[in-house]
Amino acid sequence: MSFPYTDEMMESVAKVEATRAERMKVEPRRLTAEEKDALLEQYHPDYNLESFEQILVGPNKGQKAPKELVALLQGKSRVQGMHLDLTHPDYDVDVLIIGGGGAGASAAIEAHELGANVLVVTKLRMGDANTMMAEGGIQAADKANDSPAQHYLDVMGGGHFTNVPELVEKLTKDGPKSIAWLEKLGVLFDKDENGNMITTHGGGTSRKRMHAARDYSGAEIMRVVRDEVYNRGIPVIEFTVAIELIKDTEGKAAGAVLQNLETGEIMIARAKCVVITTGGAGRLHYQGFPTSNHYGATADGLVLAYRAGARLLYQDTLQYHPTGVAFPSQIYGALVTEKVRSVGAQLVNREGVAYMHPLETRDVAASGVIREVSRGLGVHTPLRDGIWLDTPMIDMIHGKGTIEARIPGMLRMYGRYDIDLRKVPIVIYPTLHYQNGGIRISVDGMSDIPNLFVGGEASGGVHGRNRLMGNSLLDVIVFGRNAGQSAGKKFREVTLTDLTLDHVDKFAKECEEAGIHSDVLSPKLLPDYRRQK
Amino acid sequence: MDNMINVYLYGKKYSVPDSLTIMEAFEYSGYQLVRGVGCRNGFCGACATIYRIKGQNTLHGCLACSTKVEADMCVASLPFFPLEKKTYEIEEIRPTQEIMMQLYPEIYACIGCNACTKACTQELNVMQYIAYAQRAEYEKCAEESFDCVMCGVCSARCPAGISHPQVALLARRLTGKYVRPKAEHLARRVEEIAEGKFDGAMADIMGKSDAEIRELYNTREIEK
Repeated sequence: MSFPYTDEMMESVAKVEATRAERMKVEPRRLTAEEKDALLEQYHPDYNLESFEQILVGPNKGQKAPKELVALLQGKSRVQGMHLDLTHPDYDVDVLIIGGGGAGASAAIEAHELGANVLVVTKLRMGDANTMMAEGGIQAADKANDSPAQHYLDVMGGGHFTNVPELVEKLTKDGPKSIAWLEKLGVLFDKDENGNMITTHGGGTSRKRMHAARDYSGAEIMRVVRDEVYNRGIPVIEFTVAIELIKDTEGKAAGAVLQNLETGEIMIARAKCVVITTGGAGRLHYQGFPTSNHYGATADGLVLAYRAGARLLYQDTLQYHPTGVAFPSQIYGALVTEKVRSVGAQLVNREGVAYMHPLETRDVAASGVIREVSRGLGVHTPLRDGIWLDTPMIDMIHGKGTIEARIPGMLRMYGRYDIDLRKVPIVIYPTLHYQNGGIRISVDGMSDIPNLFVGGEASGGVHGRNRLMGNSLLDVIVFGRNAGQSAGKKFREVTLTDLTLDHVDKFAKECEEAGIHSDVLSPKLLPDYRRQK
Repeated sequence: MDNMINVYLYGKKYSVPDSLTIMEAFEYSGYQLVRGVGCRNGFCGACATIYRIKGQNTLHGCLACSTKVEADMCVASLPFFPLEKKTYEIEEIRPTQEIMMQLYPEIYACIGCNACTKACTQELNVMQYIAYAQRAEYEKCAEESFDCVMCGVCSARCPAGISHPQVALLARRLTGKYVRPKAEHLARRVEEIAEGKFDGAMADIMGKSDAEIRELYNTREIEK
């Protein structure tokens, strides 16, 4: 079989093959704390100061954020100039959930369980979210040699000890309970014949606590929780975006202005509690990076909450997944799950050298790839230079058929473009993968705005400045449910006063006073990939 | 230099580079997509598409995000298909044959035409997993259907009106919940946490100074 690799690439493949047997005998050394810090500072995109700007207005005034995000935070509201009647809402519910991914579905189920009248609005289809694309797995300390405290230590270390400790405590203590919840709903985790979870390492884990459902972990979880939302008869309005939050005259979150993405129709939703589960920002393509994210990942929730007065936390730190596709073009930027490294594939440069341990934390691993390429040790492809991920090693280590059984999605993705990753290594380069920060929350999931709850990737603090593999799916379930439970209890004691959008006008005025005259409409809603003629 | 080819999007001719996926061809041609686009990576099933090469009879099902354009491809996207989803209480049902007969009786009207399998965008043996569902062999159905992205192209081609992805999802949930053995270690750990067994260790580690926790992290033992 021939592969669509250039001759130059195949020459490098020969070098990778030549060193493979030797490489399989020794595990590459892990870096010391000092070496990691130096590597990050020199090569991690978060340290590229030119790509950040200062925020000039709002609760995080004076702090920095990626330029693209600052432009949206300080952008022009889509309701500006509209004459909206807030006194006759089209929807009047207990709990309004904005965003129908894993966190939104989990929140909806929990709020519904507590007797709330729930409404879910979502920009695309229910389940069109980064959750669906999480391939590798979900962490939880449920094995005998593991504990929530051990998990806590890994999370804090991975996040460079900047995480909010109470949020990490909740994440790790609620971990096993969340897996059990999913098992009870019928999620098909990888298990042995006795029912024991098959668990592996992820980057930066000290125990094998990565649970998976082949390499469709997020998809399997998403389709089950979505099914449960439907079984409960919870109303879901698809292709509908929230373009501003509504507050009441006492400053409590009280609903949202909605827009039908297809017809443009504006609707008003009034709610005693609002939950933001809008996910991440990959489609803003910070620093020009490709992204592994879903089409709708444009940080809408951050913009809505910020304008309404909620503080953000660690909005200046992003996760670049070390192994995005660098070749072929059709899947450029797509995710190659970390599980590929969990099951044995090494990162190898053009000369066939495994220059780093394959399971360093993601920020370190990504910086390592960028370093090798900038040193001229990258593999040259028609698209861009990258690093080999030596996939044929996997079947050699664990036996033939392992790739097919454990990472079938990857095998299929590359197979579509005539690359059989059982036979040849694949070329990777970091891809924009995750928004480490987000809307600041307390342990009960509430933002700075009373009755505005947040869960999942839209929130900030759980992961500090770097997230470990398998902790986002866990975050989505733990903090999605948490937001739903908090809202499901809180709404009973809420009495709303008159609805208002004064905060939007106030924010616009602050922008004007700061000399910002933006005509960038925000939230962004969707990226635009049409050819620019 | 790009090699340009002609494709027909909803019957209208456009010239596009042959390296593009169908989804990229839409965008290259000027479409701002709202429907028919999702994860752009083959996992969500939002971009279900059917196409035929002009002059050929065979109708193909595919995902627009993960299929390259071909010369004279005639494309229609299927951004929504009315799958029939039956509701149930997962705690109340059991993995019996009756439940399938009750919720999705149309699967017994399968005429064996295999159009579903031929149309599958994931190259799954769809008719086979429906056969397993008919016989209440839910674990086999779950295995066979696992990579289903619920795009619905199979159902669009089914003369018996079966909603295959929904049948498979029910079979997988039944398998995950009832057929496969429960993880005992997980249930035990949930109990231990509820009893407060780890509270002391957690309080201890949370009480450490920055220097102490860094030291602990940097010298922690990593399971082989």
